[in-house]
Amino acid sequence: MTIRFNEETFRDDYTFYNSPQAIRRFPFPFDRDDYMYSVNMEPHAGGPEGSVFERRFDVDEHYVAEMRDRAITLDEDPLRCQSLPHMELAGWDLLELIMTCKAEDYPDLFELRRDGDQWHWINRPLGIEQRFTFLDAGTLPHGPMEYITRQTQGDFAVLDQREGNLWMDAGMVTSQADWSLDFDIGMNFFEWHAPVPKAHEMGIFQRALKFLMNVQQGAPSRRLNWTMTVNPRLDTSPENYHKWGPEKRELTPENVGAKQYLRVELQSFWRLPRSNALAFPIRCYLIALEDLVSVPKWGRRLHRVLRDLPDELAEYKGFAVNRPLIVDYLARFDDGAPTSPGIYPD
Amino acid sequence: MTALTLRVAAKEPLTPLVTRFRFEHPEGARLPLFSGGAHVVVEMTDGNQLRRNAYSLISDPNDGSGYEIAVRREDAGRGGSRFMHGRVAAGDLIRVGAPVNLFSLDLRARKHLMIAGGIGVTPFLAQIRQLDRLGQPYELRYAARSRAEAAGLRLLPRSPRVHVHISDEGGRMDLGGLLAGQPLGTHVYTCGPEGLIAAVEETAARLRWPRAALHSEAFLAPPPGRPFTVRLARSGITIEVGPHESLLEAIEAAGVDAPWLCRGGACGQCETAVLSCRGEIEHHDHWLDAGDRASRTKIMPCVSRFAGEELILDR
Repeated sequence: MTIRFNEETFRDDYTFYNSPQAIRRFPFPFDRDDYMYSVNMEPHAGGPEGSVFERRFDVDEHYVAEMRDRAITLDEDPLRCQSLPHMELAGWDLLELIMTCKAEDYPDLFELRRDGDQWHWINRPLGIEQRFTFLDAGTLPHGPMEYITRQTQGDFAVLDQREGNLWMDAGMVTSQADWSLDFDIGMNFFEWHAPVPKAHEMGIFQRALKFLMNVQQGAPSRRLNWTMTVNPRLDTSPENYHKWGPEKRELTPENVGAKQYLRVELQSFWRLPRSNALAFPIRCYLIALEDLVSVPKWGRRLHRVLRDLPDELAEYKGFAVNRPLIVDYLARFDDGAPTSPGIYPD
Repeated sequence: MTALTLRVAAKEPLTPLVTRFRFEHPEGARLPLFSGGAHVVVEMTDGNQLRRNAYSLISDPNDGSGYEIAVRREDAGRGGSRFMHGRVAAGDLIRVGAPVNLFSLDLRARKHLMIAGGIGVTPFLAQIRQLDRLGQPYELRYAARSRAEAAGLRLLPRSPRVHVHISDEGGRMDLGGLLAGQPLGTHVYTCGPEGLIAAVEETAARLRWPRAALHSEAFLAPPPGRPFTVRLARSGITIEVGPHESLLEAIEAAGVDAPWLCRGGACGQCETAVLSCRGEIEHHDHWLDAGDRASRTKIMPCVSRFAGEELILDR
């Protein structure tokens, strides 16, 4: 496969765009016409050809631009990437996992040659060639987790497993839906989920934790999560709320289709072999409403989901203020026809 | 559960009771690496009975050329270890699950103190190799009844960090002195008989060790017991659990799919709802708390049994 990488930005002039193929393969998160939390896990073991689920770490047309955007964010705020001292081994695990997966899944883009501990990594899209000694952090320009996640789309939380809990002890977080690694670092699973409404009462987190603690090597799982973002901005962080928060007030009936984005996270969960830590990649996909409604099933279904969503969820996801505007816009694309089950276009 | 079919590459008696097995991929492929303290589940087909026993990996976690385990023959057990000793031979093919770690190192520790009783030395054999590679300080205390029974003597490296206590020779461990003399930030790991784990916990509590610095693995083999009858409501069948069979094994033998991971009462994966219980559940697991047990609404079928008139499970 060959990918043409977009020349685009995720800030300032926001020139981000999705090609027709990118729209077609967008991971639409709703398999029915209403939404409530669930521990909607499934094995991360491939998916339909061309879909974002097909390969273990999806690389798409936004790759190069996203990595450029991550570098800008890190330049301005190095604390977006943190790893507590005991997590370095997990960082090497993650580096090995991503390098081997990418070299196998995209042999024309990435190459890994290993001779014992002497490794040679080639990343063609980013023009990187690196020789290093595995498990010797002094031979890389950054720590192992930072090194590989500067070359991999999506945020990464690396969770230590101990005392019957998971601990947010390392991460690379620059394209987040309004949460902060610097705030959450060192917290356990219940502490960092404390702000989520309703789910605690539903026992969601107890069940999710039990599931995650039992994720096994070689058997990763995945789920989709979603929110709404005004403008195609990756860095919707609490640290920079003053930059993107006010943009929510710029929506009008005329521009809502172009400026309002559905933001979908493809979350996956991987047991790391050497450290027994859990890697939690959170890959962000953005689509403008006007592109989304080009798939009729998605236009109908998103209208119904957002119209009927409980208020506290719209509030938590940060778009309550614009919900009437969004629902009015989407109503124009909902003729009331039934929709087919599943997330894929008809 | 992902399992690999591996070849028994070596079988070597270490003591009259303990035998080491080495498994390799039949085509020489690399096996997944693991972390120190991990175990694998070995599948044993004995006539029409399928047994699955968990064993700690004792080989180097960073060596994908093979997996090694040490199996102690339990003559009073359900028969899995007797099968391994008597019926499995070098060259045989055997199904081995992916490594799972329920007893991993806490890498925040400033020092790792490991206390092993008897065959409980096995998880530490892999852990000390991991710690050697990471360059982290540790101290291993290995206690055994007699030199003849101490399989660990054949497996442990000669090192000033490894200390052996043979009780027959009067070399008993002084737990109080040992725990009192550790530097701040030490974590202690215990694996062995329940009595040893309890003694370490009591001593540590008396010396005000932080709870989070104590780790233990009392890995259970499902105990044999009296036969009993169970109704599986969702499947609409009634099954008999034999004296040398676990409830989980009987459920599987009946063709009913049930989740599991450790098969030793530790991970919680096989937890099953009890719909009706007229009798006593014999809880043998480390998963359910006192409240769960008192409510008589949950059972861990991998290790627990039942005595009484009627047990109906949501399975």
